[in-house]
Amino acid sequence: MMTPEIGHFALVLAFSIAICQSVFPLYGYFTNQDGFVATAKPMAILQGLALLVSFLVLMNGFLVHDFSIKYVADNSNLDLPWYFRMSAVWGAHEGSLLLWALILAFWGVAVALFSRSIPQRMAALVLSVMGMIAVGFLAFMLFTSNPFVRILPFVPGNGADLNPLLQDPGLIFHPPMLYMGYVGLSVAFAFAMASLISGELDASWARWSRPWTTVAWAFLTMGIALGSWWAYYELGWGGWWFWDPVENASLIPWLVATALMHSLAVTEKQGLFRSWTLLLAIAGFSLSLLGTFLVRSGVLTSVHAFANDPERGVFILGFLVVVIGGSLTLYALRAGVVSKPGQFGWISRESFLLFNNLVLTVMAVSVLLGTLYPLLVDSLGGGKVSVGPPFFNAVFVPLTAILVSGMAFGPLSKWRQSDDPKLFRPLIVTLVVSVIAGLLWPVVYDGQFALGTAVGVSLALWIAIATAIDLVRKIRLYQGVGTMLSRIERGTIGMWLAHFGVAVMIFGVVSVENHTEHRDLRMGVGDSQMLGPYDVRMVNLEVVDGPNYVADQATFEIYQGAQLYKRVTPQKRRYNASGMVMTEASIDSGWTRDVYIAMGEPLGEGDWAVRLSIKPFVNWIWGGAFLMGLGGFIAISDKRYRRRVTVEDTKAKTAEAVA
Amino acid sequence: MNPKRKQRLYVILGLVAGLGVAVGLVMYALSQNINLFFTPTQLAGGKAPEAQLIRVGGMVAEGTVARDPQSLQVAFDVTDFENHVRVTYTGILPDLFREGQGVVVQGRMAGGELKATEVLAKHDENYMPPEVTEALRQSGQLDKMKGMTQ
Repeated sequence: MMTPEIGHFALVLAFSIAICQSVFPLYGYFTNQDGFVATAKPMAILQGLALLVSFLVLMNGFLVHDFSIKYVADNSNLDLPWYFRMSAVWGAHEGSLLLWALILAFWGVAVALFSRSIPQRMAALVLSVMGMIAVGFLAFMLFTSNPFVRILPFVPGNGADLNPLLQDPGLIFHPPMLYMGYVGLSVAFAFAMASLISGELDASWARWSRPWTTVAWAFLTMGIALGSWWAYYELGWGGWWFWDPVENASLIPWLVATALMHSLAVTEKQGLFRSWTLLLAIAGFSLSLLGTFLVRSGVLTSVHAFANDPERGVFILGFLVVVIGGSLTLYALRAGVVSKPGQFGWISRESFLLFNNLVLTVMAVSVLLGTLYPLLVDSLGGGKVSVGPPFFNAVFVPLTAILVSGMAFGPLSKWRQSDDPKLFRPLIVTLVVSVIAGLLWPVVYDGQFALGTAVGVSLALWIAIATAIDLVRKIRLYQGVGTMLSRIERGTIGMWLAHFGVAVMIFGVVSVENHTEHRDLRMGVGDSQMLGPYDVRMVNLEVVDGPNYVADQATFEIYQGAQLYKRVTPQKRRYNASGMVMTEASIDSGWTRDVYIAMGEPLGEGDWAVRLSIKPFVNWIWGGAFLMGLGGFIAISDKRYRRRVTVEDTKAKTAEAVA
Repeated sequence: MNPKRKQRLYVILGLVAGLGVAVGLVMYALSQNINLFFTPTQLAGGKAPEAQLIRVGGMVAEGTVARDPQSLQVAFDVTDFENHVRVTYTGILPDLFREGQGVVVQGRMAGGELKATEVLAKHDENYMPPEVTEALRQSGQLDKMKGMTQ
C-alpha cells in the first residue's frame, strides 16, 4: 500500500541524506580521508532514490484519487483524464518543488555515474555543493510546502480540479524541460564552487564542466521554447512572447548560460577568462534561483503568478541570499588563486568571444533591470509601476542585432592571433548578399517594405552564410564530408546547428512581428471574412461535451478560392469542477504560415467575437530554438568528454608540473 | 606596465565603460517606458495625466458592462468601492473577465474615461493582481472583499 506517509517519510529521508551528502565529502576532503570522500556518490544516488519514491507516491495519490492528500484534492478531480492526473503532480506549487528537488537529485545521480573521468576528490566536492542546494530546497518543502499534508478525517469526495489552463499537453513537457535546464545549471555552479574550494582550475576542469553546462543550456533552450509554444496556442491569443516577468526569469539565466558556454570554450582551449567563467557559473544558477523566487513568491504581476503564501517568498529570498552571498564571498576570497593572466591579439577568437560575453551580459542585465524595476520602485516608495514590452523591445532588439553582427566572425577566426585578412574576406560578399536579399525580401514577400524585416532577414542570412562558409572550409580541410564529420569535434557541429538555429529563429520572429495579418471581429453563422488568400466562413455553432468540460464549438470552413481547404473547430470550454472558461484556438500549422482562429466571447444573438490571424513563418521561431537545443545535445556527445583519466594524462601533468 | 597587464586593463576598462553606457541607456529607456499605476480614487481626484499610458486596477463593477450590438466595443466601470472610472475597450476580453472580478486595465485617460489598450484578468480564480489588492487596501475595502470571497 502506498500511503502518503511513505512519501513524506521518503522526503525526510532525502533531506537527511542531503545533509550527510553536503557534510561528509567536504569533511573527508579537508581531512584527507578517502573513506569520507567516497561517500559522496552513494549518497547522491540514495538521495535520488528517496526522492523518486516520494515523487511516485504523490503520483500514485493522483492516479488512485487519494483526496485525503490536500495537494491532490486541490489539483485533481474524478473526471480528470489519467495523463493530466500524472502531469498534475507538478501543476501547482508543492508538486513543482518536488519535481525541482527530484531533478536536482537526478543531476546529482548523473554526476555520480558519469564522473569516472574526474578525480574523485573533485567529484566529491561537486556533489557536496549539490547536496547543500538540496538541503535548502528540501527544507523549504518540508517546512513550508509539504505536498503530503492530509485532510483527515473528513476526506473530500471529489477534488477541486487542476487549473484548466494547465490541462494541456504543454504542461506535461514544459515544466520538466525547463527545470532540467534551470536545475542543470546547479551542476555548473557546483563545479565552480568545487574549483574555488580546491583552488584548481585548469583545462581539464573546463572540459569536465563544459558538457554539464551545455546540456543544461540545451534543456533550458527547449524548455523556454516549449513554454513559448504553449503560450502561443493555449493562453496567448496567438502571441509567442510577452516579456512577462516569469518569461524573463527564464530568459535571464539562459542569456548567462549562453555566455558561460562561450566563455568555457576559451577556458578549455586557452586557459583564459577563468575567474570570469566562474562568475558566470555562479550568476547562472543564482539567477535560476531568482527566477524560482519570482515565480513562487507572487511579488510580480504575471500570468504565472497564482495565489501565493508570502511566507514562502521570504524563505526563498533567504535561501537566495545565502546562496548568492556565500558563493560570491568564496569567489572574492579565492578567485585570485585560480585566475591566470594571459594574452591574446586584438583580433582573435578570444576577442570575439569576449565581445559575445559582453553583449550577452548587457542583455541579461537589462532584462533583469527591467524585470526588477517595478519591485525597486515599489520598495523605495515610488508607487506601483509596470515595465512593458516597449522597454524590452527597445533594449533587447538592438542588442540582439549587435550580438548577431559579431557572430559571423568568431567561428572563422583563429585562437590567439587572427589578423590574416584572408580569413574574413568571404564576409564582404556575405555582407553584400545578405543586405541586398534582406532589402528585397519584404517587398517580394507581400509588397510591404518593413525595415525590421529587412534588418532581420539580413542578419539571419549573415549568420547562416557565415556558418556555411565555416562548414565548407572544414570540409575542405578534412577533404570530404564523411571524414570531416567523423574527425571534427562534435562541439563544432553543435555550434553550426545552434548558430543556424539563431538565423532560423530571427527569420521567424521578424516575419511574425511585421507581417501578421490579424482581425478581431464579430461573426455569426453564415458570416464570412477574407483573411490573406483565404475566405473564412463560420458555418455552425454547437455545444459539445468533453470529459470534464462543456464547450461551445464553432465550425469554420476555410476556402482557398472556391475550393474548401480545411474545416476547423475552435472551442470555448467551461470546466465543470471550477467553472473556469478557457479558449481552445484552432491552429492550422504549416511551414510558411499558421492560420489561427479563436473564439472570444458570445456577443448575443448567436454572434461571437472571433480572432482570425495568419502568422507567417511562426513555427520557425520554435524550429530555430529546437536546432539550438539539438546542437547542444550533439556537442555533449563528443568522445573527449567520456575519456577516463589515463596514465598519459597523469604523466603529461607531472611533466608539466616539473617543467 | 607589462603588455599583459595593459591588455587586461583595457579589457576591464572596456567592460566597465560598456556596462556603464548600457545601464545608462537602460535607465533612460525605463524612464520613457514605465506605466504608472492609479487607483480609481486617484483618478477621481484628477491625479492622472491625460494622454499618457497608465494602469488602473480594481474590480469590474456589477451591472455596468455594456456592449455595442454591432461591433466589439465594450464599456464597463472599474471600482475600488469608493470611486469608479468608466473604461472603454474595443477587442476581445480575457476569458476570466467577469463582473465582480479583479482586473488591471492599461490605457489612456480621455475626457474622464479610460480608453483601454489592454485588459488583463488573471488565470486563477483566487489570484488577485497586487495592484488590485493595493487599490482596495487604499480605499479600505480589502477586508470586505476578503469576506466576500471566502
